[in-house]
Amino acid sequence: MSSTLLPKPQMRGLLGKRLRVHIVGALIASLGSAILYKYGVAEPRKRAYADFYKNSDAMKDFEAMREAGVFESVQPKNS
Amino acid sequence: MLSLPALRVGTLARRGVLGAASIRAAHGHSGHVATQEDMSVPQYYDKRSSPLPDVPYHKELGAEQKALKEKEKGSWKQLSNEEKVALYRLKFNQTFAEMNRPSSEWKTVLGGIFVFFGFTGLYVWWQRVYVLPPKPHTLTDEWKAQQVKRMLDMRTNPIQGFSAKWDYDKSEWKK
Repeated sequence: MSSTLLPKPQMRGLLGKRLRVHIVGALIASLGSAILYKYGVAEPRKRAYADFYKNSDAMKDFEAMREAGVFESVQPKNS
Repeated sequence: MLSLPALRVGTLARRGVLGAASIRAAHGHSGHVATQEDMSVPQYYDKRSSPLPDVPYHKELGAEQKALKEKEKGSWKQLSNEEKVALYRLKFNQTFAEMNRPSSEWKTVLGGIFVFFGFTGLYVWWQRVYVLPPKPHTLTDEWKAQQVKRMLDMRTNPIQGFSAKWDYDKSEWKK
């Protein structure tokens, strides 16, 4: 067996070091996913709804649906 | 001691029940029965989770092994490398590398998994042909087309969903 000594390994502060690394990682992961969701999903959805209702005419849609014959309470106009 | 098993065999034979235990009892200890480990004293084990067993591997030592153990009581610098390895092998059966060696078991496991997948596939196919009833009429292409038209007429999910993908002016799906 050779008599060269190995360097002494790290004996203390292991949990502290792990916590420091992982708390930073957890903050980044959670904030990152929240930001991605807000700007990837929530904001486009709000914009889509706003645009839809800006130029929507409920009566026009109703007449189109009536002509297609999906209602039971009203019939298409020329029937 | 020998009369008791013989008695038991007689009773069982009379009752017409012959199991493996009664046959073993009838033959007695004819020499090919394995010796039982004495479970009441500490045992040797090779275990990754508890690395230092309670007893050494070789409990009875030969003459030159005893001499080596005497030499071990002195300074270890006088031991050669072969002697150190011999002392290790007296105390332990397998090294950690040997006990943790990988095996090819995963191939058997994976192969067995795929065999059962295949068998299940064949069974499901047979079931589709001979057991299951015909598909409902609502799953024909004709019906599905009528269903899609009705959903578009009703404007289902017109903002981000189904009807949002249909162009009502050109009567086609949006590109």
